[in-house]
Amino acid sequence: MTATTTTAGRDAVSASRPVSPGVVNALGTVPFFAYTAIFLVLPTVLVVIGAFQSRGGGFTLNGFTQVLSPRTVNIFGTSLWISLLTALVGATAGGVIAYALSLSPEGSLGRRVFTALMSVTAQFGGVMLAFAFIATIGINGLVTRLLSAFPALTPDPGFLSSLGGVAVVYCYFQIPLMVIVFLPAVEGLRPQWREATENLGGTSWTYWTRVAGPILLPSLLGSFLLLFANAFSAFATAAALISQQSVIVPLEIESALRNENDLGMDAYAQALAFGMIVVVALVMGAYALLMRRAARWAQ
Amino acid sequence: MRHEQAEPESTTEEEYLVRKQLTLVAGIAALMLLIPACSSTTGSSAATSGGSAAGVKAGTATSLTGFGGMDALVNAAKAEGSINVVALPDDWANYGAIKKAFAQKYGITVNSILPDASSKEEIDAADKNKGTDKAPDVFDVGANVALSSTDRFAAYKVAAWDKIAAGNKESTGLWLNDYTGVMTVGYNATKFGEITSLDQLTDAKFKGQVAFNGKPAEAGAAFNGFLMVNGAYGGTFENLQPGIDYVKKLKAAGTLNLQDVTSGTIDSGTHGVVFDWTYNQASTITRLKAKGVDWKVFVPQGGEIASYYNQAINKDAPHPAAARLWEEYLYSADAQNMWLAGAARPILFDSMKAAGTLDSAAAANLPTVSGTPATPTSAQATAATAFLKANWDAAVA
Repeated sequence: MTATTTTAGRDAVSASRPVSPGVVNALGTVPFFAYTAIFLVLPTVLVVIGAFQSRGGGFTLNGFTQVLSPRTVNIFGTSLWISLLTALVGATAGGVIAYALSLSPEGSLGRRVFTALMSVTAQFGGVMLAFAFIATIGINGLVTRLLSAFPALTPDPGFLSSLGGVAVVYCYFQIPLMVIVFLPAVEGLRPQWREATENLGGTSWTYWTRVAGPILLPSLLGSFLLLFANAFSAFATAAALISQQSVIVPLEIESALRNENDLGMDAYAQALAFGMIVVVALVMGAYALLMRRAARWAQ
Repeated sequence: MRHEQAEPESTTEEEYLVRKQLTLVAGIAALMLLIPACSSTTGSSAATSGGSAAGVKAGTATSLTGFGGMDALVNAAKAEGSINVVALPDDWANYGAIKKAFAQKYGITVNSILPDASSKEEIDAADKNKGTDKAPDVFDVGANVALSSTDRFAAYKVAAWDKIAAGNKESTGLWLNDYTGVMTVGYNATKFGEITSLDQLTDAKFKGQVAFNGKPAEAGAAFNGFLMVNGAYGGTFENLQPGIDYVKKLKAAGTLNLQDVTSGTIDSGTHGVVFDWTYNQASTITRLKAKGVDWKVFVPQGGEIASYYNQAINKDAPHPAAARLWEEYLYSADAQNMWLAGAARPILFDSMKAAGTLDSAAAANLPTVSGTPATPTSAQATAATAFLKANWDAAVA
């Protein structure tokens, strides 16, 4: 809130008296809190309640008992490591690309085109992305068919339905996302800092470990956590690639909700969702802390 | 009714299930926050059509006599104007033709909601949309869901009730068998030539081509597909290890495909061998014939599996008369023959054969089965599901 709005508010108040500026300002936040209450808080509460509710409506701990079974713990493990792996690949490759991009002249055509491309591919996920891969290296994909004359080069048709395949497809949106979120941070590096380091006799190594590194670290880790949460919550892409094996948590939730052989799995599904909320809450908490630290260097 | 999510439908289906909940959520939140302008809970204010005296009567009628005859039922249903059917894909057991014929015959709009939902999701759709005009009126569910959801059903005995054996219906009319299929192996004969044994499917030419219709631990069609391969390798309903061993062999050979089967994946050649009910293979055969592809079907020796689906009426049906008229129609010779034309074996098969109303040409098209197809009991199915839940994911990993 800047000074101008405050004065305007004060004028209005002095004209009509009773409403204090605090109330007026608070009123402005109502849409935000209403929105958050309806679309974030309430669904979360419903999931938590549902996790303890049997199909008949009674109280049950069945859902959580199943979540703690070795098989489900294993699924959570897979979900975590595939998210960590793709976040790591995304952060590394995307970080390097972002830095390279920040060195190109600002406003140049190449940079603008490349940034635009990254913005598009970062959002290109879900069924469309899965289909793009299937149409390219799936069993009847374009590349698969072109290479069919060379059996040694032909991609394995089962690859896309494996964890490795899912990881590769995830990287398709993870890397560009990293470029988008990390670019402002590397753009914040002033050439003067490097020059100053060199004037004081520092090497490139000194610059990266003592100057740029510490400055970039919070946003690097923050971006990493964002990529992690992005992969952890992804569902549609994996569902289109693998549907008959519950390798990651969102697929297991879908499987539990749909199950027509065993109807009593709703509480389990909600308990799984609850587990995901806990993981994402932890990650987002860490992200907020890191961002607070990163903000110090922004200006 | 089955686990199959064609991409576009899955979105609308989720939206549909969620929509009602969101409206409710929005309503509660609005109350909580005391925002007067936010009271747009249109969904819950939608009147249950048929709140009139006639509607109440229709909702409790347990047979045609409750209406005073077929004509009265037809009039009451026409007054309601529409019916909500759930989980009835056009290419499943010829339902596309049946829905269209019903709409034409009675001038009643058939709203086909969540065509690719599972049997369980049919009941969930009724629970979540209870009291609105969006709730499904009738169900077509697998045995397991039918047996465990009887508190959601209204008892109704169709005119053909007495022609159905006692073992094929719930004694008060809460549910009754409608049609069955036989589990089969369908394959692209143009591409792969003749297949006569499941052993052939580990051949390298089937790389990434062989699929169940869903996940056996959760979807009826895939579950029965699994029982078929299990039976073919000497397994029983109690001993499922041979089936798991076979699945592992397919996986090791790289021929098992874990993507969901849809008409699209079959047409595009992603799935060349599919384990599914006869009545689902039938639509594939017709569709591919038009493209010059020969899709053939066989039942492996020892793996003869059948399983009836069941009709039931939602006890909170928004269109109670139309729901009952739909049931009367399904158990008429016309609709039973349409199922038969879709390679499903209707429950009135034998009595219609005796009465001479059976479409014998369609009957001749049913695949040949040696011996009597077996169906697991409820207890066997429960145990088998638990086994598959514990072992399937590891077998295909």
